[in-house]
Amino acid sequence: MVAELSNRLADRLVDQLAALKLAADWVGIRMVKETVGSRSIRDGQPQRNGKSTSQGAMVEVLVNGQIGYGATNDLSTAGLQAAAEQAQQQAMATSRWAVHALTPAVRPKVVGQYASPYVKPLDALSPAEINDLLVQLCQKLKVSDQIVQTTAMAVTNETESWFVSSNGSEVYQKFSLLETHFAATAQDGAIVQQRSHNGQLAHCYQGGWELFLTPDLWQQAQQIGEQAVELLTATECPSLTTSLLLAPDQMMLQIHESVGHPLELDRILGDERNYAGGSFVKPQDFGSLSYGSELMNITFNPSVPGEFASYSFDDIGAAASREYLIQSGKLLRGLGSLESQARLEQPGVACARACSWNRPPIDRMANLNLEPGTASFAELIQDVEHGVYMEANRSWSIDDQRYKFQFGCEYAKLIENGKITKTLRNPNYRATTPEFWHQLVRVGDESTWQMYGTPYCGKGEPNQAIRVGHGSPTCLFANVEVFGGGE
Amino acid sequence: MSLAAQQTKQQTQLEQTFNQLAEALLTELRADEQLKLTLQAEQSQFVRFNAAQVRQTGCITDGSLTLTLMQNQRNAYRSFPCTGDWETDWPQVQQALAELRQEVPELPVDPYLVLPQGNATSRDIQTGQLLAADAVAATLLPEVAGLDFTGIYAGGSVIRGYADSAGQRHWFATESFALDYSLFTSDNQAVKGTFAGNQWDHSAYSAKLADSKLQLQRLAQSPKPVPRGQYRTYLAPSALAEIIGMLSWGGISEAALQRGDSALAVLQRGEKQLSPRFSLSENFGHGLVPRFNESGEVAPVELSLIAAGQLKNTLVSSRTAKEYGKVANGASGGEYLRSPEVAPGQLPADQILASLDTGLYLSNLHYLNWSDRPSGRITGMTRYACFWVEQGELVAPIENLRFDESLYRCLGEALIDLTETQEFIPEVGSYSNRSLGGIWVPGALIEGFTYTL
Repeated sequence: MVAELSNRLADRLVDQLAALKLAADWVGIRMVKETVGSRSIRDGQPQRNGKSTSQGAMVEVLVNGQIGYGATNDLSTAGLQAAAEQAQQQAMATSRWAVHALTPAVRPKVVGQYASPYVKPLDALSPAEINDLLVQLCQKLKVSDQIVQTTAMAVTNETESWFVSSNGSEVYQKFSLLETHFAATAQDGAIVQQRSHNGQLAHCYQGGWELFLTPDLWQQAQQIGEQAVELLTATECPSLTTSLLLAPDQMMLQIHESVGHPLELDRILGDERNYAGGSFVKPQDFGSLSYGSELMNITFNPSVPGEFASYSFDDIGAAASREYLIQSGKLLRGLGSLESQARLEQPGVACARACSWNRPPIDRMANLNLEPGTASFAELIQDVEHGVYMEANRSWSIDDQRYKFQFGCEYAKLIENGKITKTLRNPNYRATTPEFWHQLVRVGDESTWQMYGTPYCGKGEPNQAIRVGHGSPTCLFANVEVFGGGE
Repeated sequence: MSLAAQQTKQQTQLEQTFNQLAEALLTELRADEQLKLTLQAEQSQFVRFNAAQVRQTGCITDGSLTLTLMQNQRNAYRSFPCTGDWETDWPQVQQALAELRQEVPELPVDPYLVLPQGNATSRDIQTGQLLAADAVAATLLPEVAGLDFTGIYAGGSVIRGYADSAGQRHWFATESFALDYSLFTSDNQAVKGTFAGNQWDHSAYSAKLADSKLQLQRLAQSPKPVPRGQYRTYLAPSALAEIIGMLSWGGISEAALQRGDSALAVLQRGEKQLSPRFSLSENFGHGLVPRFNESGEVAPVELSLIAAGQLKNTLVSSRTAKEYGKVANGASGGEYLRSPEVAPGQLPADQILASLDTGLYLSNLHYLNWSDRPSGRITGMTRYACFWVEQGELVAPIENLRFDESLYRCLGEALIDLTETQEFIPEVGSYSNRSLGGIWVPGALIEGFTYTL
């Protein structure tokens, strides 16, 4: 039934494309329908219940080497014609100032489909059942009277996109996405601590309810509540330079901010300098720069089943494949779409992505992963005389060149003489990107590898928040400046 | 018909259709049901620049309705596209209502649900004189020929509509533009600027660019590395605006204070103080954003939040008020600042550098985050035109520095003074849709601001 409807819409879109009356070197239509169900509970009481549907289309028109766009939620033939005329007018009015003379080669013909894998579909649970589940999670999180707030939420997202073009592209992709979160806040007078399920909304995956309804769900909620309380009496993270062991739920943020963003070719080309920023990476660094230690292997991998930003085609129709961006510490290629590749004359990946129908595609991360090494968790810490192990991001800040960063975590443990000892609160660390990645001294094996995601990667003018996925093993870094909270 | 005339016609049709949908919904409503209907719509043009050329350009026509159904102390919502065409939109409204009638009885009781009440109405339409869509690049770029000019022009109409079953009705429509730009030197130093309004004034644009070009000349020298430490610092209005923005995120919200999520809890408890020189209010008198919130409640024209360093009011939504026994003050559900204003101080503009004497002049800050929210500590970066100053003279631009500083120091004991004039810093964000308004804020002179990397 769904496939039938999708085919009908695709056929209609092809007809509407053919019916457009305008002169252009290339025309494409990308239609998106996104339905987001949002349920949240705080302290056992409902906070938000509902669904949002966004549907519209962006018409891109290439004229005289410039692409203009027109986006509308009026999907009638007249509505698309009006959008196409706006796009054409924009392209023509600005082509003499085009930043690069584009050709239809940046919008190649592509035909194909993609669908997220899932076991238990997103409509398998009724709104009442989801609410009940979230209420129970809040109850489980409240392990003591010192827990002053419990929250639980689940966001379902069904997104379909259709892409057709005047050079024969026909792509249909259907995404089934689940985002979940729960957290507990503990308070004792002026001391307030929060512990959550691997950081703010970190459990973002493609799939169905099987991702959330895992056998250890209730044990995890209990542990989060207990650890929030534990942090109230924990020792403040000391200020010193020491070994730093990062769990995958913090590595996610570390990879995202200090590897993903600086490798975006549009940042290197200067497009983002007025908003998100540039990059310390220069065009000539590809193929030569030692980005980190030889243990560092970073892949752009849109083909990991269940990872949040998997897909077969980006939003301009480029076929997506796994590529090494950094191999044995050496920088090989950047995160750049066909447009950025043409402008910079550097290799890239299929990463022209838009957050919706009403924003143009730009260079984005998708799934960006650190490949596993060989050390078990025990092996990672066995030679650490003194260090700090940190889990779950709670604070993040990095400069506009992606060079100087400071990150904070929810929970930490002291490592002494090869053993995990006492709990530490308010753990933070700061460093510069190249120095930090060169201090990567051990990389965990498959058994330590976990993947997470976020729907909130912000960038672009106009602004766009998009979903990304990051997988990583636990990693050990030497000589990092760590410190605690308070004034 | 010109594009402007076409847009005006579409806006008129959108308002008529919105009102028609609201009326039709009310006739469908059952005795035990209540509802809210909100509209967000815009027709926007975005032109993105890099190196004084056009990187991307396009136009967007978007609109969405959100219908919230309340019954027996339960509620749920549906959001869906709105085109302004009755034949297209009414079936979607009917489908949403049918779905909600099925869902709402299933949901748990919401003890803090606030039903629509009152009969407030408003209609505020601000027409503008914007550049024609095909004239933006041709108008803007000649002024910056030969410069490394980057940024975005966003212009067009933004509409907010509200109707509910209690009889409240609001309509806010504005035509505006915002140019958010940077001018770069060859070694990556930059001057940041914004130019926004309802009427395009080319001479004002030229003057603004001339001022930016002058500032750019000051960045000609190589940047000076400054070691970490504490330095006397001047935060220009744009920089202070970034710090004030943090109060919308676990700061001035009453709900955040009640739940241990606020950096202002220590101020409320009297454990820390802010400077008597610092005052913050919500001021809707400027008229750039709607006074009504997503529940149709109208905020007071002015609300003092922090007066002479004392916490006078927090932002209290009607839902928070019901939960914690407080009085609502027209705040939005998220209890964030919508039209903030920081009161000026006594530092004359021509005395800024002399008063700074030796230290750092920061034009902008970047990527702020709480490094320890309960104690009010913020980290972030310097950005764009930031200078080392000696004996009241700009010496050289600096390499970017990371700061990590407590709100209670920089706006408390270490706050020397605020400038006697404010600047309007427009809100240029466009996540999901174009933002409105901005902040009125002075500059701040601070003793011993802490830099850590």
